[in-house]
Amino acid sequence: MQARKKYVLLALCACCWLLLFYWGGVQSRLLRLLSHQRGEDPPRPWPEWVDRALLPGYAGLEELQTPAGPGDSPRQRRQTWASIYRDSRCRMDTCFDFTRCQNARDGFRVYVYPPERGERVSESYRKILASVTESRYYTADPREACLFVLGIDTLDRDQLSSQFVPNVDERIRGYPLWNDGRNHLVFNLYSGTWPNYTEDLGFRVGQAILAKASLNSEHFRPGFDVSIPLFSRDHPQKGGERGWLLRNSVPPRRKYLLMFKGKRYLTGIGSDTRNALHHIHNGKDIVSLTTCRHGKDWEKHKDARCDHDNQEYERFDYQELLHNSTFCLVPRGRRLGSFRFLESLQAACIPVLLSNGWELPFSEVIQWNQAVIEGDERLLLQVPSTVRAVVIERVLAMRQRTQMLWEAYFSTVDKIVLTTLEIIKDRVFSHISRNKLMWNSLPGGLLVLPEYSTHLAHYPFYYLNLGLSPGQEFTAVIHATSPLVSQSQPIMKLLQVVSRSKYCSQIIIIWNSEKPPPHRSKWPPMPVPLIVTDGRKKTTSRFLPQAAIETEAVLSLDEDTVLLTSEVNFAFHVWRSFPERIVGYPPRSHFWDPVKQIWGYTSKWTNEYSIVLTGAAFYHRYYNHLFSHYLPHSLRALVDRTSNCEDILMNFLVSSVTHLPPIKVAQRKQYKELPSPQGTKMAPWANPEHFTQRQECVNTFASWFGYMPLVHSQFRLDPVLFKDHVSVLRKKYKDLERA
Amino acid sequence: MCAAVKYGSRGPALIPRMKTKHRVYYITLFSVVLLGLIATGMFQFWPHSIESSADWTLERRSVHDAPLARLAPTSPLPERGDLSCRMHTCFDVYRCGYNPKNRIKVYIYPLQRFVDEEGVAISSTGLSREYNELLSAVSDSDFYTDDVTRACLFLPSIDVLNQNSLRIRETAQALASLPRWDRGMNHLLFNMLPGGPPDYNTALDVPRDRALLAGGGFSTWTYRQGYDVSIPVYSPLSAEVDLPERQPGPRRFFILSSQTALHREYRVELERLKEENGETILLLDKCSNLSQGHTHTHAHTHAHSPRKRCAKGQVYDYPQILQESSFCVVLRGARLGQAVLSDVLQAGCVPVIMADSYILPFSEVLDWKRASVVIPEEKLPEMYTILKNIPHRQVEEMQRQARWFWEAYFSSMKAIGLTTLQIINDRIYPYAARTYEQWNNPPAVKWSSVSNPLFLPLIPPRSPGFTAVILTYDRIESLFRVITEISKVPSLAKLLIVWNNQNKSPPEESLWPKVAVPLKVVRTKENKLSNRFFPFDEIETEAVLAIDDDIIMLTSDELQFGYEVWREFPDRLVGYPGRLHLWDHELGKWKYESEWTNEVSMVLTGAAFYHKYFNYLYTYKMPGDIKNWVDAHMNCEDIAMNFLVANITGKAPIKVTPRKKFKCPECTAIDGLSLDQTHMVERSECINKFASVFGTMPLKVVEHRADPVLYKDDFPEKLKSFPNIGSL
Repeated sequence: MQARKKYVLLALCACCWLLLFYWGGVQSRLLRLLSHQRGEDPPRPWPEWVDRALLPGYAGLEELQTPAGPGDSPRQRRQTWASIYRDSRCRMDTCFDFTRCQNARDGFRVYVYPPERGERVSESYRKILASVTESRYYTADPREACLFVLGIDTLDRDQLSSQFVPNVDERIRGYPLWNDGRNHLVFNLYSGTWPNYTEDLGFRVGQAILAKASLNSEHFRPGFDVSIPLFSRDHPQKGGERGWLLRNSVPPRRKYLLMFKGKRYLTGIGSDTRNALHHIHNGKDIVSLTTCRHGKDWEKHKDARCDHDNQEYERFDYQELLHNSTFCLVPRGRRLGSFRFLESLQAACIPVLLSNGWELPFSEVIQWNQAVIEGDERLLLQVPSTVRAVVIERVLAMRQRTQMLWEAYFSTVDKIVLTTLEIIKDRVFSHISRNKLMWNSLPGGLLVLPEYSTHLAHYPFYYLNLGLSPGQEFTAVIHATSPLVSQSQPIMKLLQVVSRSKYCSQIIIIWNSEKPPPHRSKWPPMPVPLIVTDGRKKTTSRFLPQAAIETEAVLSLDEDTVLLTSEVNFAFHVWRSFPERIVGYPPRSHFWDPVKQIWGYTSKWTNEYSIVLTGAAFYHRYYNHLFSHYLPHSLRALVDRTSNCEDILMNFLVSSVTHLPPIKVAQRKQYKELPSPQGTKMAPWANPEHFTQRQECVNTFASWFGYMPLVHSQFRLDPVLFKDHVSVLRKKYKDLERA
Repeated sequence: MCAAVKYGSRGPALIPRMKTKHRVYYITLFSVVLLGLIATGMFQFWPHSIESSADWTLERRSVHDAPLARLAPTSPLPERGDLSCRMHTCFDVYRCGYNPKNRIKVYIYPLQRFVDEEGVAISSTGLSREYNELLSAVSDSDFYTDDVTRACLFLPSIDVLNQNSLRIRETAQALASLPRWDRGMNHLLFNMLPGGPPDYNTALDVPRDRALLAGGGFSTWTYRQGYDVSIPVYSPLSAEVDLPERQPGPRRFFILSSQTALHREYRVELERLKEENGETILLLDKCSNLSQGHTHTHAHTHAHSPRKRCAKGQVYDYPQILQESSFCVVLRGARLGQAVLSDVLQAGCVPVIMADSYILPFSEVLDWKRASVVIPEEKLPEMYTILKNIPHRQVEEMQRQARWFWEAYFSSMKAIGLTTLQIINDRIYPYAARTYEQWNNPPAVKWSSVSNPLFLPLIPPRSPGFTAVILTYDRIESLFRVITEISKVPSLAKLLIVWNNQNKSPPEESLWPKVAVPLKVVRTKENKLSNRFFPFDEIETEAVLAIDDDIIMLTSDELQFGYEVWREFPDRLVGYPGRLHLWDHELGKWKYESEWTNEVSMVLTGAAFYHKYFNYLYTYKMPGDIKNWVDAHMNCEDIAMNFLVANITGKAPIKVTPRKKFKCPECTAIDGLSLDQTHMVERSECINKFASVFGTMPLKVVEHRADPVLYKDDFPEKLKSFPNIGSL
């Protein structure tokens, strides 16, 4: 019986169980069905409509080509625009007079108003004006100017500041050329005043282009204004410090992950962010220090944290933190930009921006997201986890990019001003302008002159970027200064040697002799075309960017250079691996003379070299363009006056672009025949005065560049089997061993 | 379930005491219960599929079945767009949150048919084919979320692509009625044809509060930089016509104008240009009845008239004719954005864009200077000269770039939609943003170009020195000799011995040679060749000297010189004996060459300097199964390293000094010829294997090596920095 009871119990249990299941299932389904009918669609992917093929197109082909009404003349429209879109809605199309800038090469001229007597000009503005005046765009004639820069210091427009210049409005309206600011460029670092620090400049800017620090993107007129970085009074005009990154350590993390050291605002604009910074401080890898001790009456606003914070603040040294931190917080101050930005860029400490609405410096051309982390003030507490998540590849890349940008655009006032001018110039001549790659890769936009070419492959810098390699041919340019008297002159031999190279596509002789060039028939017959051009007795003419040079490689030669064909070939092979450098034979060196406190120049054989003379060297033809258009007239005039130093200047130029030494190939050091004692005329380079001149040149050039760009190298490149004890038959460049 | 288990477990204990009849009954009952359970289980699991199949039929709905939503005339109206909106003022980032994948989540509102009080729809077309394509592309992408609470961005299903088909006020009311509208915050609207006659505004006229606008015709005055996204005007021809890619190069015509609705003033200017510059300019227009007469296909031609263009009585197929020209004019019409831009790009014709104040599509990320020519309208008369001054090679480059832009960003509504979302994504997670190269380099360039991770031209200071990493197994005597030799190099900073023998402990500390620099021994877990390239924390310098435990012939000068050369080439391998790869024409594959050749493409890592970063790359980023291959074959780790470095930097290694081999000359006899040959075959195999994994041959061949400046010069030896450069 007991057993039967058990069966019944079991059966009942099972039935209940089943029922429960059924009910549960049905109920849940019912519920779902009900909710469905209540209109709250269960979220699901966008459906595949059965009739999707039958859906109408969004517009007919005719509709896509809607013509403007016949009355709406484009010319009239442009005129109307110019009258509507002014002041805060200025754009280049409507507020800039393009007719003042006619052609690309000479059209972009900048005029600076002469300072009035007794005018007080701040140190920073003096540097800005000096940079414009010394730039290659400067003109003293307002009639040929395309852009005007005020002589009145407009940098500091904070009425409470001692640098504040009153009555700007009346004074600029007195300028006859002001024309409501058309084609004017107004520099400004500080606008507005306590407590709100608005964008107000205290005078009517009108249609003038504003180059301003701490620009707010709401007030920024895109494609018209230029955002510049805030820089200190001590920012050098020229030269400038290099970035602090000396090596790419791996792993790239430094002692601290993130740091900030600065003021905490207890009240007023910007205090929201600065007041919260202490929250992320952990005293270990994140150091965020704030102090209340600033301003006169800080103790009045003092809060509970102040004493503790001030104490902690003194424990860390700012410079030490800068050197040892991977990321640096750059929060807004009272204004959007702060000195921290340039400081951390230079220190290769990746900036983490907390400055909502700040239009980053030169944002029109620089891609900042590859160099900085744009944080959001609202998400301060997320910053630690964000920076922790940045992978090491990216840290490495961003850090190098901070250095690239610092050195290309920010290290000196000259560069900041020139970048501003170049950005405006690129707008004016938009079809001859730099693309974003040129602005954002080495060596930076200032060293890329779009008048040379807008095609990337025409420059020596982008081969790897484009997956290309330099061309297979070169043009030899021979600088001839002595008249042609005999067929046994060195130049005759040189022509033969060079033309025998299979990579030579043509030879150009720059004729700089007193005598007119000889008749064509006087030159030996050659397998490659020969062009003789008149150099007008200017030494710099050997570096003129001649249209006849169609190859990327230029082989620069003196008339008395002694070389072998295989030496030419080998050097060309090496150049193709280093197209951005000078690759050649005669090495020279510079050194610092601590006694005389000047740079020295030596032609002695040493263990290192920093110059390769252009008497026998390959370089990219773009450097010809830079030499003639980037370098100032004064330096080229010096070269022409002394008929000397052009080769040193070229080395300065190339090294300042690449930051790298030139490359010496193979053993040959003596590249000219020693002058025979009974020779009629002494070669100019054997003259002792010639040498002193070169010494002076090195110092003059270094002072124009503001630093010494030359870099030493300790090796030369030889053929792989050079002077090895192997059969001569194996060697491709066996001739080099006899040289 | 618990109960069942309980009975089940007690069952066996009961059974023996029961009678057989009962037992049978019991078993039957039990199995019935079990079956019932299974059935319910099945029912519980199946319903999903049953339901989803029911849903599937539901999914196969028609657009017309979408629920109706009636708008009251008094329903709230959003404000007009705020021109000062930026991401940090009008966008709620908190919704996007911190997200390890750095991907925004996008929600799509279910489709509704909005009608006004009278039941008249707010739009004459309703959902268009294009907008439907866009929404389904988004819903298939990894941006999509169906969870409205987790969404960062909202896409209304209200189609506003073409303003002409909309009733402005009612559309705005419909937008405001969306459940999560919240003043348009984080909502994204797609619009391609903004404005309406007569003055055609350049942004959508529908009031939309703070919603983001992806618009196809912004002018610089309506575009909120960093907030709105400028998108192309989609050309329906993209889907209809298949234009195969054409090789860049010179074309039949130099300049072509294909737009039919040009303003008279422009047309006059273009005619004048043609007169001045001749037959290389082709100006097309609509086909009038007259020209149709010439072709004798009245009705037919008429039906396809949007696909035909005429010039001087000749009929051309559009858009095919675009492929016949180098440059194609894209002038503004009533609106700034023109669908013809898409056709032109598709044809690989370089667009010449003349539309003052126009914000080019996706200009936030695309570098249009590399794919187009933008000329101010005023300079239309100078167009010919401007274009003639562009170098030929650049034109070809631009043609390629134009076509690539179309393929990647213009070709479909999917491409347009996902690109827009990616741009917004890049703004919200700027630290994970795509790079310029990723956006702008066509696949072919991406493939062949390199982005060097150590791109900054630095010559690191001498002082930190280098760390010598010696991989050793059990050759202690030879190892100690190597240590003693290397310790003479002035710039040596540290010695790191990688002890690869798991069966034997390294010798006691007291037995090691006494050296001036720190010496550290690391024991490995497995005897792997790759261990030599592990980025040990103990390596504190940038420069690493990898050296075998039997390399004793390198002089101190040679090593120091190698380090100095590395300082000038910190992104390259700097080593002593060089090797070469050659193409074997007979076998049709790569061959390893160790003969003394005039060329070098690899250096042996038996003794080589390189940057520590390459250790990191070798260990963690080596493509394919190369690392395993090396460990399995116990060979070719040096070839793998050469491949890796050449592939990522695009540069050749540097061979220093004449050194050709490591073993002393008298030792060569020991290496049997047969051993040598199998070794060669294996190394050749490695090259072929690696080349196939990398998909290309990254190695670069050069003809130079580095020697000290005064090497072999007739100069007092004691004045030379590196007098003792060994021989072969």
